[in-house]
Amino acid sequence: MNYALLAPEITLAIVAVVILAIGLMIPKGPHKGMVPLTILGLLLTMGVTGGQFAANVHGTFLNGMYYADNYASFFKLLFLTAALLVVLSSTEYVQKLPAHRGEFYALILFAALGMMIMAGSGDLITLYIGLETMTISFYVLVAYLTEDGKSSEAGLKYLILGAVSSAVLLYGISFVYGLTGSTVIAEVASSLGSSISPAIILALVMVLVGFAFKISLIPFHMWAPDIYEGAPTPVTAYLAVASKAAGFAALTRVFLIGFQQQVYGGSPEVVLAVLIAVTMIAGNLMAIPQKSFKRMMAYSSIAQAGYLAIGLLAGDQAGVKAVLFYAMIYVFANMGAFTVATLIANAQGSDQIKDFAGLARRSPFAAAVMLISLLSLAGIPPLAGFVGKFYLFSAVINQGWVSLAYIGFVMSMVSVYYYLSVVKTMYMEPGEGLPKIGLGGASKFTLFVTMIVTLFIGIYPTPLAQMAISAAKSLIR
Amino acid sequence: MGNIGGGLVFLVFALVTVFSAYLVISSRNIIHSALFLILTFIGVAALYAMLDADFLAMVQLLVYAGAISIMVVFGVMLTLRGGPENSNGDTRNAIGGAIAALLTFVVLGMVIFTNSAWLTTGTGISGGSTVSDVSWLLLTKYVVPFEVAAVLLLVAMVGAIILAKGVDDSK
Repeated sequence: MNYALLAPEITLAIVAVVILAIGLMIPKGPHKGMVPLTILGLLLTMGVTGGQFAANVHGTFLNGMYYADNYASFFKLLFLTAALLVVLSSTEYVQKLPAHRGEFYALILFAALGMMIMAGSGDLITLYIGLETMTISFYVLVAYLTEDGKSSEAGLKYLILGAVSSAVLLYGISFVYGLTGSTVIAEVASSLGSSISPAIILALVMVLVGFAFKISLIPFHMWAPDIYEGAPTPVTAYLAVASKAAGFAALTRVFLIGFQQQVYGGSPEVVLAVLIAVTMIAGNLMAIPQKSFKRMMAYSSIAQAGYLAIGLLAGDQAGVKAVLFYAMIYVFANMGAFTVATLIANAQGSDQIKDFAGLARRSPFAAAVMLISLLSLAGIPPLAGFVGKFYLFSAVINQGWVSLAYIGFVMSMVSVYYYLSVVKTMYMEPGEGLPKIGLGGASKFTLFVTMIVTLFIGIYPTPLAQMAISAAKSLIR
Repeated sequence: MGNIGGGLVFLVFALVTVFSAYLVISSRNIIHSALFLILTFIGVAALYAMLDADFLAMVQLLVYAGAISIMVVFGVMLTLRGGPENSNGDTRNAIGGAIAALLTFVVLGMVIFTNSAWLTTGTGISGGSTVSDVSWLLLTKYVVPFEVAAVLLLVAMVGAIILAKGVDDSK
């Protein structure tokens, strides 16, 4: 057993426990010192993970129970980046929390740990435990504003619906175990071979439903708008980018390694394609009438999950590469938009789109970052989102799903409408009497980083694309 | 479980489990629901015991039938306002729910009973008791999920304290 393969997870677990302990030792005050410590811990973990990625470590732990490959490392870097941006952007927000400020950071780290386990797990039980670690951290984070009824309601809803989806996933896993006698994904594949039966399809559908809930594919999306709206804004951002990416990390490995021969070329593939088409169409259409920015972003993130799942449907190296690439730039674009939303929530205590009025005058920089982030989400060149969608759609067209690429393309055009309506509010409406938005150092830095990355990757995508290719190659040889 | 006697015992315990689970959700009095929940847990424990998972059966009895059910009853006691009658309100979607459950049952039943490829004979890890088998597996093959489960329990505990304590006395 080579425990060095687990170095990133062990590092993060230690950091998270230390942060938790420090938070308890300084029970009073605004906990300002926690931010640099958390960031330091995250950077340390990123360093360890980056080292593994650069060294192209390809190890399995205990006969495939756990993987340390570039595919997992790429996703781990993604989760850590998302956690870092969330911690940075929430600095001022957390200081306004009425209580338990120290534990907020620890829970963000524990959620990231759960996601890292999901990305690395080669075994369905490990995967499930990682998933629950992530989800339980999120239950608490979503309900963090204990005096706000909406936040508590969101937490309770997430808990109940999350438990139902876990039950479906576990039932599916139990079928897999009953059919193959193993929960190790690689052993499941070798045991199933190319056989297919109603029981295998049932197991597959249940596993798909369990994950579709986490990545909010329609019709398993009902939780998303309410919970995105009720949760504290930084948590919403974290939920949208990191939890979704973790779901994709696990689902992609399960489908491509465990059930490759069952999913592709058969009826499960068609089920997935229909889910994706419905998600892209309905997600974008339902985003249009929303008044609350967070609800709009919830439907937007549902639609984005549809785009991402296109890469999973393609199911080859190019598809996986596109998923990895798009998931990473989605982190930056979404974090940019949500950091601005956090600033608005801090200054005005609201998340309605009309509260963004006159932002261009009140804080030109924040408005510019919001504009760039939203245009990237819509997929307008020369921003990063365009390159990502280009990779996704070309991967799926190569597999013969031209109609899906058309739907994705048309619905991206539709999405421009609701993204630009926010821009119109920011730039065209006067917003008389609304306060000026002050940017703290950490928020300014977050906005700057997200803007630069979104612009840079859009113009010069090669470095990230090469990382994604290296990661995809480690998954599919 | 090849003999008819074993099948009969299984049938009895399975029926007890399913029927008491049904009474949990259909009972009007929430205290009765809690008590039937205990019966469900005991039925499941009996099923575990029949599968030669004696350690698991004992844990199920201790943790679920013992500890969790006390927690549930305490939770009911602390939150219940007024008497226990009609405390477990009507379900408005009873008919829709019944149809959905029936369809799910039919589909699952058809799939499960038509499939011939279930692996029904498990092979034990060693000749020892299940306690030593389970502990051996937890600290070798399943060491990663075992350790992560420890973190999970820590997170759940911290989270429960945060949510239960609220903002009153901690600034």
